[in-house]
Amino acid sequence: MLEIRDLYASINGKEILKGINLTVNPGEIHALMGQNGAGKSTLSNVLVGNPAYEVTSGTVMFNGKNLLEMSPEDRAHEGLFLSFQHPVEIPGVSMVNFMRAAINAKRKYHQQEPMSAADFLKMMREKRKVVELDSKLANRSVNEGFSGGEKKRNEIFQMAMLEPTLSILDETDSGLDVDALRIVAEGFNKLRTPETSALVITHYQRLLDYLKPDVVHVLMNGRIVKTGGPELAMEIENKGFDWIKEEID
Amino acid sequence: MKSEQQYIDIFTDCRGMIDQHSGGALNTLRDEAFASFARLGFPTGKVERYKYTDVPAAFEPDYGLNFKRLEFPVNPYEAFRCDVPNLSTSLYFVVNDSFYDKALPAVTLPEGVIVCSLKEAATKHADKVTDYYGKAANVSGDALTALNTMFAQDGLFVYVPRKVVVERPIQVVNISRSDVDLMVNRRVLVVMEEGAQARLLFCDHTVDEHRFLTTQVVEVFAKENAHLELYELEETHVKNTRFSNVYIHQERDSVVSHYGITLHNGTTRNLTDVVMKGENATTNLYGLVIADKQQKVDNNTLIDHAAEYSMSNQLYKYVLDEKSQGAFAGRILVRQGAQHTVSNERNANLCATKEARMFTQPMLEIYADDVKCSHGATVGQMDEQALFYMRQRGISLDEARMLLKFAFAGEVVEAIGLEALRDRLRHLIEKRFRGELGRCSGCAVCG
Ligand SMILES: Nc1ncnc2c1ncn2[C@@H]1O[C@H](COP(=O)(O)OP(=O)(O)OP(=O)(O)O)[C@@H](O)[C@H]1O
Ligand SMILES: [Mg+2]
Repeated sequence: MLEIRDLYASINGKEILKGINLTVNPGEIHALMGQNGAGKSTLSNVLVGNPAYEVTSGTVMFNGKNLLEMSPEDRAHEGLFLSFQHPVEIPGVSMVNFMRAAINAKRKYHQQEPMSAADFLKMMREKRKVVELDSKLANRSVNEGFSGGEKKRNEIFQMAMLEPTLSILDETDSGLDVDALRIVAEGFNKLRTPETSALVITHYQRLLDYLKPDVVHVLMNGRIVKTGGPELAMEIENKGFDWIKEEID
Repeated sequence: MKSEQQYIDIFTDCRGMIDQHSGGALNTLRDEAFASFARLGFPTGKVERYKYTDVPAAFEPDYGLNFKRLEFPVNPYEAFRCDVPNLSTSLYFVVNDSFYDKALPAVTLPEGVIVCSLKEAATKHADKVTDYYGKAANVSGDALTALNTMFAQDGLFVYVPRKVVVERPIQVVNISRSDVDLMVNRRVLVVMEEGAQARLLFCDHTVDEHRFLTTQVVEVFAKENAHLELYELEETHVKNTRFSNVYIHQERDSVVSHYGITLHNGTTRNLTDVVMKGENATTNLYGLVIADKQQKVDNNTLIDHAAEYSMSNQLYKYVLDEKSQGAFAGRILVRQGAQHTVSNERNANLCATKEARMFTQPMLEIYADDVKCSHGATVGQMDEQALFYMRQRGISLDEARMLLKFAFAGEVVEAIGLEALRDRLRHLIEKRFRGELGRCSGCAVCG
């Protein structure tokens, strides 16, 4: 479903990704770990087409299509979703209008009629339940004044609404309290199907306990330096990254 | 030849005709106004309050003037498809500067309330008009007010007697209609007696593709404890030039809210001067400007806190796209003795392109020591992170920009007291941002 080949990317002229290779198949969950500043968020931003980043070489195929040639919105319509490490506050734009615009844009892309107001509100209600998002939050401006944890919960709510096939979760666990983490992770699992995949960026084992990744990657200095099974995450939890560094040297 | 000379000549040549087709107090003030105008001339960029609008250039072209008050055939209901329908207003029309009395609303106003032609009022209600006409307007110091006073022959008179509450909003649609390029000098006088309450909505439209140059002077007198909401909604075409000078005098405990909304225009210069003469008065000035193409909008305010315990709030927001240009200059004057004044002024601007330009200039002048005043101005661009966040969710760049602009403008819209207008404005603004209001209703100029 996702094939990244020799991907190089930079921001403000500074090279961050230095030859990423990664393949995610339908139904798989991949964890991406690595120290602060390793380039994990850079990779997620590049995949969703953030114009602040420049791809200098390499290819990314998504369901057989050249992802790098698509606009960010088309990538979303094709089924790509990013749960942002730092969700953006948009004062004055209500969650309802925001989600309606997103849903209807996707429907238009797939040559479907816009959703009726009643159906849309029903869908909002149902999806809110999946992550137990407070109805008060759903009636406010996008992320405005949301706590750190509420913002993360709101990201997964949006994911529930948009039903992507490949979700990138960039530190969705950070900011969530223990109970909220369980609710959000269980909500995520409810949304899974045999066709949906995820790339989960995290520093901690706790989230992975719920999501049960098939593959774990370690990103260091802009490259994937180690790939393994779920036990690799456990090892990192216990020993940190130094031993991997030594292995490379 | 300097452009004021042609107006001096016209006035001198046509004085008899102007008087003949007007009346009472309007004629009485012309000499004084003429003397002021001849002395002042058109303000140049060196005149502080006019430095953002090129006045001489606006008055340079040749415009027709209709001193004989020939009627342009018009059926306002046909010429003007109202953009603010279902408002349940008492609806009146002013065609150019003439109060249109062939289509008066069926509803009757409360006892003693007058809404009529100013020219007619100048004779029929001579005492009332004489008491107020020209008493708030700065005829001696402002060249455009002087010019308007020289030429104004008609317009609107609104009078609400003591303690009368006009429940139904009074809507006045100003229609610019002509077969040649036309200059219009419209005059409005609003008198709110003690404890009177009313809501006035002025909608300005151009229905012909000709160029229009409109000067408007509005004088508002709010007596003790009077409440007035005055809405002005401009939806004219790109060949329209508007100079509007609004003068508000407030007595004690009165509350006046003025909303100036420029939805579509050519060149607009609005001046709003408020004198808070009595204590414990409240003034709210709101402005919303949406401009693109090469539209220009210049709002200039002065709030004169001349008595104790007065409160003023100002919020002006501009959304400038393409090559449009905005200006806001807001001066707050707190006079000696005007203790316990509370005054807030905010001007926030969104420039959606690099070519759009905004000039902003808040000014505080305080001569009392026990006051609370604040002012601030911001000029910002589109939030790139917010745009990208929305695009990641599948919202197109255009739509995302529209949502941000709409959100930005929303603060002023939400402050509007008239609920039906608020709903209607949301709709109109969205259409405007979507480019569906690129041509104003009824005309084909901007398309
Ligand atoms: N605008 C920028 N200009 C220059 N350098 C940048 C910019 N944005 C990010 N970087 C650098 O890129 C590198 C990778 O950042 P990135 O956010 O991808 O790290 P990360 O792996 O997600 O880290 P964390 O675990 O802390 O979230 C960092 O060294 C960061 O300082
Ligand atoms: Mg990161």
